[in-house]
Amino acid sequence: MRDTFVKTLIDIGRNDKNVHLITGDLGFGVLQPFKELLPDQFTNAGIAEQNMTSFAAGMALQGKTVYTYSIGNFPTLRCLEQIRNDCAYHNANVKIVCVGGGFVYGSLGMSHHATEDLAIMRALPDVTVMAPGDLVEAECATRAIYEQQGTCYLRLGRGGEKRIHDKIDNFKIGKAIEIKRGERIAIFSTGAIFDEILETSELLKISGINPAIYTFPTVKPIDKNMIIECAKRFEIIVTVEEHNIIGGFGSAVSEVLAEQSVPKARQLRIGINDMYSSIVGTQKYLRDIYGVSAHKITARIKDTLDE
Amino acid sequence: MKSEQLAWKIRRHAIEMTHISHGSHIGSILSVTDIVAVLYNDIANVNPQDPKMAERDRIILSKGHAGAAIYAALAETGFFDISELKTHYADGSRLSGHVSHKGIPGVDFSTGSLGHGLSVAAGMAYGAKKDHREHKVYVICGDGECDEGTVWEAAMVANNYGLNNLIAVIDHNKMQSLDFCENTIKLEPFADKWKAFGWNVINIDGHDHFELKNAFLIAKASKSKPTVIIANTIKGKGISFMENNILWHYRYPHDGEEYDSAIAELKEQMPAGITDRYRAEEQKL
Repeated sequence: MRDTFVKTLIDIGRNDKNVHLITGDLGFGVLQPFKELLPDQFTNAGIAEQNMTSFAAGMALQGKTVYTYSIGNFPTLRCLEQIRNDCAYHNANVKIVCVGGGFVYGSLGMSHHATEDLAIMRALPDVTVMAPGDLVEAECATRAIYEQQGTCYLRLGRGGEKRIHDKIDNFKIGKAIEIKRGERIAIFSTGAIFDEILETSELLKISGINPAIYTFPTVKPIDKNMIIECAKRFEIIVTVEEHNIIGGFGSAVSEVLAEQSVPKARQLRIGINDMYSSIVGTQKYLRDIYGVSAHKITARIKDTLDE
Repeated sequence: MKSEQLAWKIRRHAIEMTHISHGSHIGSILSVTDIVAVLYNDIANVNPQDPKMAERDRIILSKGHAGAAIYAALAETGFFDISELKTHYADGSRLSGHVSHKGIPGVDFSTGSLGHGLSVAAGMAYGAKKDHREHKVYVICGDGECDEGTVWEAAMVANNYGLNNLIAVIDHNKMQSLDFCENTIKLEPFADKWKAFGWNVINIDGHDHFELKNAFLIAKASKSKPTVIIANTIKGKGISFMENNILWHYRYPHDGEEYDSAIAELKEQMPAGITDRYRAEEQKL
């Protein structure tokens, strides 16, 4: 996903000399192609994310479109106030890119688990929040935030994500995408956890359950219309995110559902159960431990149907 | 207008504004006043008829709590109506206690949380250099503000990229919120720190307009380095009982003796050629 981002940004940067990429000294190897092809549009701001973010706001106010790049929580939580005051309040064209949303860096420990970023970024006015689910969504989102005036957050996986869509027609910020139709249950997901959902769907099929599947590449603004539509058509809306259960994607969906009058679906929220991980492991391993693997998601859905 | 006249007017407005609003930071506003007056009157290329002109110099007040000085300077130089200054801090006003750019012609950047301005200014200077633009970026920081680590992150980056179009002024009044800087987090050797970070350092009396102008001219001529002007100032400058008194970081001039004495002292310092626009009956608003 990060390679797709870089490839797409090179393409954008070649056509617009005002596009600039600043890294907080991360992206070894990954950013090399950008640096080599567009050296004047690349800056390493050093290991200083707070300065990097304010600096990006300053550049943006001089007419640049600046992508800040780092991993995990470094481009967001470390410099939260700089994003709020300097970028968002000034409607600065700063595009904050996080590589490693969720448990991507599972083995590196708690500091590197980005599991509250969606909630925190979503709480900031005038920040668009995106978490693409596959390589095609990642490419579309990278282009979409370039077109979008103002501050945006792009939460990426790392590498090894699949290309699930063939292509996406009419990709738009704020629009969910229907992956497959189904009955009784609609599964909503955001971000790279999408591949677990496809597996979940296969597992449910064995038990004769045929869920509809939707991805939400945009967490903010959330696709209200799609949620309301699905609330009318399905019994259960399942939200899945590789993120804390509080404040993120599931919460965004809940906020919409809570304001609807009947008929409406009930919601099953699946995410990390409000805890930090003190154990380490691969992304796959930690997803299972914290209940967001395909098997755990499948079990939760079945339990809910049996209630 | 002469910068000394503008400085007097800023001080006069600041006393009035904080008096009316019960606003904080009069000590800090009075210490930064001469820096702001010289910058807006004699140095910066800004245009009240075209506040967003592309080639304007950028000015960031990083110590946003002294925003009243900027508002007063802008109003006096024609960016907006002077009568609006009285709405400082008021319900529904756009003139927030900490300087805001929203809807206010002439303000490029909102601040209030310390330690942001130098980084933003460095980004502006870097962006301007990339496009071979000639304007300068001025940023006014507090000395207490230099407790913030980001100031030094920005100082390193500005040196690294040779941002000679970046000019920082430190309002070095030696005091912060609760105490003197040296009793809080020692800044000394302050000038040597900036030198070690690769900056041109100019040490001046921050209330002497000749020294201020001269320092700005030297800074503007820098060929390869960012410049910091360490402007040695007095917190509360111009009002004897406020000078160097930590009480006046937060206290406002109360009705009665405080307000009356402050105005009386200012009137004694009024330069020739200007008048006091606040009439006696308005003083009690």
